[in-house]
Amino acid sequence: MSISTLGREGSSTSGDPMVEGRVLVKSFGRTPALNGASVAVASGEILAVMGPSGSGKSTLLHCLAGIFTPDAGEVLFDGRRIDSLGENRRSELRRTDFGFVFQFGQLVPELTIEDNIALPMLLGGTARRDAYAAARSWLPRLGLDDLGGRRTGEVSGGEAQRVALARALVHQPKVLFADEPTGSLDSLTGEHVMELLVTLVREEYTTVVLVTHEARVAAYADRMVLVRDGKVTVAEPPAVRADPSVGVAAQPVGVARPHPPSAAR
Amino acid sequence: MSVPLTLLGLLEREPSHGYDLKRDYDTFFGWGRALPFGQVYATLSRLARDGKVSAGRAEPGAGPDRKRYSITERGAADVDEWLRTPIEPEPHLQTQLFTKVILSLMLGRSARTYLDTQRAAHLERMRQLTELRRTAGSLDGLLADHGLFHLEADLRWIDLTEARLDAIAAAIDNDEEVQP
Repeated sequence: MSISTLGREGSSTSGDPMVEGRVLVKSFGRTPALNGASVAVASGEILAVMGPSGSGKSTLLHCLAGIFTPDAGEVLFDGRRIDSLGENRRSELRRTDFGFVFQFGQLVPELTIEDNIALPMLLGGTARRDAYAAARSWLPRLGLDDLGGRRTGEVSGGEAQRVALARALVHQPKVLFADEPTGSLDSLTGEHVMELLVTLVREEYTTVVLVTHEARVAAYADRMVLVRDGKVTVAEPPAVRADPSVGVAAQPVGVARPHPPSAAR
Repeated sequence: MSVPLTLLGLLEREPSHGYDLKRDYDTFFGWGRALPFGQVYATLSRLARDGKVSAGRAEPGAGPDRKRYSITERGAADVDEWLRTPIEPEPHLQTQLFTKVILSLMLGRSARTYLDTQRAAHLERMRQLTELRRTAGSLDGLLADHGLFHLEADLRWIDLTEARLDAIAAAIDNDEEVQP
């Protein structure tokens, strides 16, 4: 592989997947959630998993992250089966190699922001001093410089979600699992959180599984798949030709506009 | 909105005279603006010249509408390709998306497959615009945002339409029954 293909573009098509689900089946009682779902996420790739409510997309994330055990099928992390591991081993894996961001309720309200960010490292056995040093180093990257001592109840929803992001990434996990990470935020704040998420995971070269029902959020990913009726359909972009019925030529990727970019930036 | 391809699609359903074709077009795709007769006949003669329709023998009577037009294999191939090809994602597509869905249902093609393809094209375009917005200056970002909001609206329509395909197909059948 040449250096030029080592970037994100190349990563999505080459090498072994970082996370993979093979023909996953999972039911809750009589309700089937996954019905033969297969998906592979390359190292360093941001994959969006889309689908309507009840399609099974969150169940898929929970299976890939080793939170749920599938009824059938295999889950692999970095080439190794994890679905057959015991709960203790999977729990350890979730603490060390995975990070999680959810829609709600992930921060401990009694603790300060710094405490919350340091928590996964403390639980993972990192020395208190090191854990807090790491937590503090994340504050400026998230634009939370002066808020480290506040309790989570004292900050806005967007700030709380940025704290959650820091907490998910502070131990430098290999994979970030994000389930509707902007679901509780207004659209502008949500965009800000997604900007930050993408910037940070690209810096850290973290693989991301991003579950969302919002196309605008999914659009931050490198690639998207759709979950429908418990199966994964790959939303491969088809070859789009200029429709003969459209009066203008096919637009390039850039936005067409009447004036050249302003010199004042 | 492609009038020639839409007329071809209607002809694939059944051979028609120009008048019937115009009436069907106005019913389903006219949006309150009737297609002028002149345009119908001009389009049909161009399509005939290009071998996409064939005109039957002139029937007795006065006026231009004395020929019955049928679609040729070449014309049907054009319709097939058009209905399977997603539209270049850009704002204000609603009439084209609508036309492709309705014609697909009329002709017994898979509207669902078309909608899936169109959804993938829209998502990919949104991904490109989002990347552009992340990396471009604020003016380009503003334009990208405008495109993103419109594409998102299309996507919602695509999702909703897919959920209602059976009902829409039934509505089309009913409209056909109403017509003489």
